[in-house]
Amino acid sequence: MKKILPLLILLLGAVYLASSLRPPPNNTAFDLQTFGRLPVLMSGRIKPLDTVARTSLLTMQGRQRVSDPTISEPLADSPIQWLADVFFNPTKADDYPTFRISASDSPELVSLMGLTEEQIHITYDNSTKRALAMADFLPGTRTRFSYNQLRPKLAELDRQARLAEPVENQVRTGFQKQVVVARDRLVLYLQLKTSLQVPDSPDFLKELELFEQALPAGIHAVLAKQKGEAHDQVALKVMMTMAERASYLEELGNLRVVPPAAGDTDPTHWRPTGTALIEAFSAGHVDATIMDYARLGHAWRAGDSATFNRIVGALHDNLAARYPEAMRKSDLESRFNAAEPFYKSMTLYAGAFFLAIFSWLKWPETLARSAFYLILLAFAATSAGILTRMWLEGRPPVTNLYSSALFIGWGSVGLCLVLEKIYRNAIGSVAAGMIGFVTLLIAHHLSLSGDTMEMMRAVLDTNLWLATHVVVVTTGYAATFLAGFLALIYVLRGALTKSLDRATADALTRMVYGIVCFATLCSLVGTVLGGIWADQSWGRFWGWDPKENGALMIVVWNAVILHCRWGGMVKQRGLMALAIFGNVVTSWSWFGVNMLGVGLHSYGFMDAAFYWLIAFVASQLLLIALALIPLDKWRSFRPATTTA
Amino acid sequence: MNAVVRQFRDFFVSLQLTVVLLILSLLLVFVATLDQVNLGIWAVQAKYFRSFFVMWQVPGSNVAIPIFPGGYFIGGMLLTNLICAHVYRFAFNFKKLGIQLAHSGLILLLLGELITGLLQVDNNMRLEEGETKHYSESFRDNELAILDRTNPAYDDVVAIPEAVLADEGTIQHPKLPFVVKVKAYYANATLQMGDPAGRPGAPVATQGIGARVQVLPLALTYKPDERNLPAVFVEIIGPAGSAGTWVVSPVVGMPQTFSFEGHTWELVFRFKRTYHPFALTLLKFSHDKYPGTEIPKNFSSRVRVKSDDGRDDREVLIYMNNPLRHGGFTFYQAGFENNDKVTILQVVGNPGWLLPYIACIMMGLGLVIQFGQSLRGFIRKRTAAAAAP
Repeated sequence: MKKILPLLILLLGAVYLASSLRPPPNNTAFDLQTFGRLPVLMSGRIKPLDTVARTSLLTMQGRQRVSDPTISEPLADSPIQWLADVFFNPTKADDYPTFRISASDSPELVSLMGLTEEQIHITYDNSTKRALAMADFLPGTRTRFSYNQLRPKLAELDRQARLAEPVENQVRTGFQKQVVVARDRLVLYLQLKTSLQVPDSPDFLKELELFEQALPAGIHAVLAKQKGEAHDQVALKVMMTMAERASYLEELGNLRVVPPAAGDTDPTHWRPTGTALIEAFSAGHVDATIMDYARLGHAWRAGDSATFNRIVGALHDNLAARYPEAMRKSDLESRFNAAEPFYKSMTLYAGAFFLAIFSWLKWPETLARSAFYLILLAFAATSAGILTRMWLEGRPPVTNLYSSALFIGWGSVGLCLVLEKIYRNAIGSVAAGMIGFVTLLIAHHLSLSGDTMEMMRAVLDTNLWLATHVVVVTTGYAATFLAGFLALIYVLRGALTKSLDRATADALTRMVYGIVCFATLCSLVGTVLGGIWADQSWGRFWGWDPKENGALMIVVWNAVILHCRWGGMVKQRGLMALAIFGNVVTSWSWFGVNMLGVGLHSYGFMDAAFYWLIAFVASQLLLIALALIPLDKWRSFRPATTTA
Repeated sequence: MNAVVRQFRDFFVSLQLTVVLLILSLLLVFVATLDQVNLGIWAVQAKYFRSFFVMWQVPGSNVAIPIFPGGYFIGGMLLTNLICAHVYRFAFNFKKLGIQLAHSGLILLLLGELITGLLQVDNNMRLEEGETKHYSESFRDNELAILDRTNPAYDDVVAIPEAVLADEGTIQHPKLPFVVKVKAYYANATLQMGDPAGRPGAPVATQGIGARVQVLPLALTYKPDERNLPAVFVEIIGPAGSAGTWVVSPVVGMPQTFSFEGHTWELVFRFKRTYHPFALTLLKFSHDKYPGTEIPKNFSSRVRVKSDDGRDDREVLIYMNNPLRHGGFTFYQAGFENNDKVTILQVVGNPGWLLPYIACIMMGLGLVIQFGQSLRGFIRKRTAAAAAP
């Protein structure tokens, strides 16, 4: 049993990962998978509708599931099904609770939107559930509301948002930030609703067909009217109505769904529905893509899955023939969305962490090997995920805060694998499990702000420097964190358990020292490369920008550790305490400086993260204190074992 | 050796000093980063990094007391520490090559930053499409230019830096037949139409635009994208007495003209200029955005460079991360204005620009050698240990 356990666990993990490659479940007869792969242009990037659905839901309500706390089944099976309703059946979509407004986070916003106690409070019909809700195991209040619930106060929300907008983001009050965010979420919803058809049209396909038939006569009538001659009133009216509708769609819709003529690869030539409809007046016919989407909508509402599937397949094949590159990326991206490699890896890392911890108590060989295998699997999955993102974006791995979290985790785990290969004492696996899990958790929270593959501002737009400076400096962050976490293991095991023997302590010391050396090299070279980039683009090698200062602080702190060590100013525990403080310095330059909201590098202001940062720093300081308490208070290294 | 000298030597070559200085620099950088929220990047640099001591102004008084070592102090001490330690312990052998290379690189980097701090020129050039300019303008400094326009062939210019005006004294210059008396200086102000006598406490201008406007002092701005626009009351006084008082400010676009003893003079308070021996003409500015967004994708300026001696006359494209280096200056694409009709180039002259590059190569190489040696030693030991039993 002990022999085959590692292999068994490896097999289980592999099966778990492989399960992600299956297509997602679909409870309807509609071919939503192909629908989700259709490419559109949004926020400067061609992406599948599946991504549009997922990122829109994340932006609006902080999760991808559309559900009601009192109903166990989700309201929409998948994000793409929700999006299809938003596009084609808005009356239904208007009732989905997809706007997050929490009474505990933003009571002022709740009262602004006129949400009543009945709307907020959840009454479960079942007494067990009521008891669970009392104990906070089930939510007692609703935090997500539907468009219809918010509709009566939309004008008021817009007014408040306009009042808040001129105030600079950093000095906005909590309420001002919330109204702007809530308004933007509603605008996003309206934009989606008006991306393919006019939401209040009873039958948009019919409307388009009538318009197309009336076009020749209509154009004639318009020209005649301009000359002041007699004209066909009916045809003219059809023209005027459609012109109005087209400009309404053009103004509101934000998806560019109509691709340019075949062979034209310029992404700026993708057009929104409204613009393409206006072009119909001069072209004499309605664009085929618009007609196809209108037919899809008709079939969706009629529940006619056969027609829907036929048209969606034809549309997909047609686009694939004309834009093979865009379609390949779109297909892969929707596949990637469904596979969720980072989420799956998180589970594996957590499992590996516990296995490795237990290996210190029982079955050291077997459990350590099992943990190592799981880490390898998770590392392979995250590597595949990062590579996929790189191919989709055509960019080096780190382009924003989200991808830096992925990369820091990946880099640290990679180093851990090397350490584990050399030392085989499960320490590398414990560190890998912990860092891998935590960084992916951080990444998950960062992804809640929307599309994680957004376009880069011109200033940052160079692959050479992104590939060198950003990658190297992020590796430096990763290594500094790793040294800190290894030191944590030393302190926790030494102070709280008896499991830290002299040999392990010495091995940990060598690991920390080696990783600090590596971290110094990477952070120094990375920082300096950043200086060269800055000199190339802004004419100054060093500008004391907060992000630059943060990187400099990491370099300086690593230099402090090395000099203390070389000068004999610290021994093992001192080295560990210094390395733990490295966590504080690194978390500051990774996240803290972004919270300042100043400087060229700031990615965005994150209020919630601020409290987490404070808590993290406090915990690290506590651990440093723990490292510094007299040795005879430690559980390890009691006199009997300190003979070495 | 004298005991005192030895103590000094031991102090300056000690590794403890290095660690203390490094920790001090860490604190300095941290506090300075925090203070950027209040002061903006330029004021922070002056207060924390380009100073010997960080001063703290006792509230409600003019007394400032040093509370923390500044960038020059810490940097200078680090440099001394580094050089002393190297001289004292210097012994050339291959084992120390990495460390020595890395530290020499650091010395070079610190020196380079010092040179940059002292000598860097950081200007702007704002060009409309079709416009040609011979000069760039400072980002923060202003000057009062007094021009003798009598001879149509050339202008005689006397430029008084803003720092001199701020002292509110009287300025006499061999090229000027009059003295310039600064009656009041406001570091940041705006002008509005109104009776100049309507603001008690301020001097009253009698000539030029000052006779029709009021000067409203403003709080200093520290925002990176805003600049302070000073306003100054100057009185022109000849041997025969006062010729009047003018208000000058960069807000006033037009020069103010007056006659003095048969010569025509102009007063312009303008952004401090640096004249170049070549001219730049903006041919075309382009600005692309990502489709469907306001996120800028690329800015670029097509300019013609023409040197005064006629040796250079060519077209270049300046865009993000691709500046023009010419005549000791570097021109970067920094911004744009006015519906993409105006480009803003940042003009930087830094005689020490190459030093960081050399320093970096030395430091990177040094660390690679040093850590590479350690790693090799470690692997050798492990293989030996593995082979032993």
